[in-house]
Amino acid sequence: MQNILDGILKAFQLLIQGDPEVIQITLLSLEISGMATLVSLLIGLPIGTFLALEHFPTRRFWISLINTGMALPPVVVGLVASIFLWRSGPLGFLHLIYTPIAIVIAQVLIACPVATGLTISGLQQLDPRLRTQLFGLGASKMQMVVTLWKEARLPLMAALIAAFGSVISEVGASMMVGGNLEGSTRVLTTAIVLETSRGEFANAIALSIILLGLAFLVNTALTALQQRRK
Amino acid sequence: MKRKAFTFLGVLVVLSMLLTACAAQTTSTPTVEPVVPATAAATVAAIAAATSVAVTAVPATATIQPTTTHSSKEIILATTTSTRDSGLLDVLLPIFEQQSGYTVKMVAVGSGAALALGQQGNADVLLVHSPAAELKYMAGGFGKERTLVMHNDFIIVGPTADPAKISSSATAADAFKAISDSQSVFVSRADASGTNAEELTIWQAATITPTGAWYLKSGQGMGDTLRIASEKAGYTLTDRATYLSLKDTLDLTILYPSNNKTDKSLLNIYHVITVNPAILTNINYTGAKAFADWMVSADTQKLIAAYGVDKYGQQLFFPDAGKTDAEVQ
Repeated sequence: MQNILDGILKAFQLLIQGDPEVIQITLLSLEISGMATLVSLLIGLPIGTFLALEHFPTRRFWISLINTGMALPPVVVGLVASIFLWRSGPLGFLHLIYTPIAIVIAQVLIACPVATGLTISGLQQLDPRLRTQLFGLGASKMQMVVTLWKEARLPLMAALIAAFGSVISEVGASMMVGGNLEGSTRVLTTAIVLETSRGEFANAIALSIILLGLAFLVNTALTALQQRRK
Repeated sequence: MKRKAFTFLGVLVVLSMLLTACAAQTTSTPTVEPVVPATAAATVAAIAAATSVAVTAVPATATIQPTTTHSSKEIILATTTSTRDSGLLDVLLPIFEQQSGYTVKMVAVGSGAALALGQQGNADVLLVHSPAAELKYMAGGFGKERTLVMHNDFIIVGPTADPAKISSSATAADAFKAISDSQSVFVSRADASGTNAEELTIWQAATITPTGAWYLKSGQGMGDTLRIASEKAGYTLTDRATYLSLKDTLDLTILYPSNNKTDKSLLNIYHVITVNPAILTNINYTGAKAFADWMVSADTQKLIAAYGVDKYGQQLFFPDAGKTDAEVQ
């Protein structure tokens, strides 16, 4: 019980004092996961749109593949990314292992199927007659896609929220490809693991509160945007 | 209508950009979007622009943390969890980095995993404590130099109640036998670490093959394994340094050897090994050698001896530079 109280007190102490290490870890987490979310969206939105709207022979296969990818375990991604990025691996020459970029890459692998999958389901929920009508009105393919995105903006924002949520909370891949290096690849989740194994529960609780607060703030902002009335 | 679509797209991109905290470098592109006329061509341009931003923005992360870009001024150190969990390297590495100009990427894993990283050329230098495995590693030609750095000792910790009555044991093997006979909970690292190797040697000496519900395999580092032992009111073998640094948060006491003595057969000896640069082309041997030499320099050895004395009331690591393994034992 004392542990919990100490932890919460310490958390607020660290927050109020603006502990530089805590701030650095927090900003780095935001930066890495934000970057990963952005890249995932830029890949997932076009691919998801294509799979939702086009009909071709292997389409179902690709959609099930992406749906499976939405449940991709971060540790598996971490392992695969490590094997590729280690010096002995095929991408070893890039010297990316144990860098923030390695974490971004791993997180993109995690978030991309989420962004793609939710884009597909978001666009497929739209009334199919909308497309026919748009074509009838003489819309070009690009105009149609943009209109559909606009119509599906709520599920598309949900895709963004889910993609961000999946990477900011992930620890397995960050630990494996980042190495939890102080000042360069130590993010909130890996720092929590470390502080716990060191018995520094107060620090671990403090970082957890920050992580939760951060996730809440980002999601509140995104939800506000999503639910905004015209 | 169309304008709104672009506003939405713009907001989406801007928001994502803000999240990355790289806004300064990238906002120029997305803010242009809402004022672009709503034509199909513009949309293509906007998407292309956004994509190119992403592509150019990725390397930008590297510039935020200049210390992480690859250079010959960077070495990867694979080490054991005990040197990290005890806090020793937190003290030593910043001093080495400052004095030498090298950036050290420390990966704390069990000694077995550290040796495996070295064997594949995924690390430049190793700080490990698993002598038998190290000798095999050296014999395989994966190491260049192996130098004795320091030692401390292994201890058996357990609940104060000591259900297996190991505190009166004459040897570590006797203590393990008592634990096995009474079926008391024992938490094994089971991760091919140096501590795990030592534990298995003791079971062997006791001619026991530990199996059963009482023998738990954590597969985790020393800190986590101690925590599990504490919560399960079980026994475990640990290096003294990690135990002392975590003692306050654990319900475990030193039960063997009793009376704060050291069992000479339970010495925990750390060596620094430079990875053989012949394994892989981009191994930073110069940096590895600089680190290895620094670890056994007189000043560093003094730091090692002094580490933790003020905090834990006793010495955690005993410097051994210049000695042979036989002299330590």
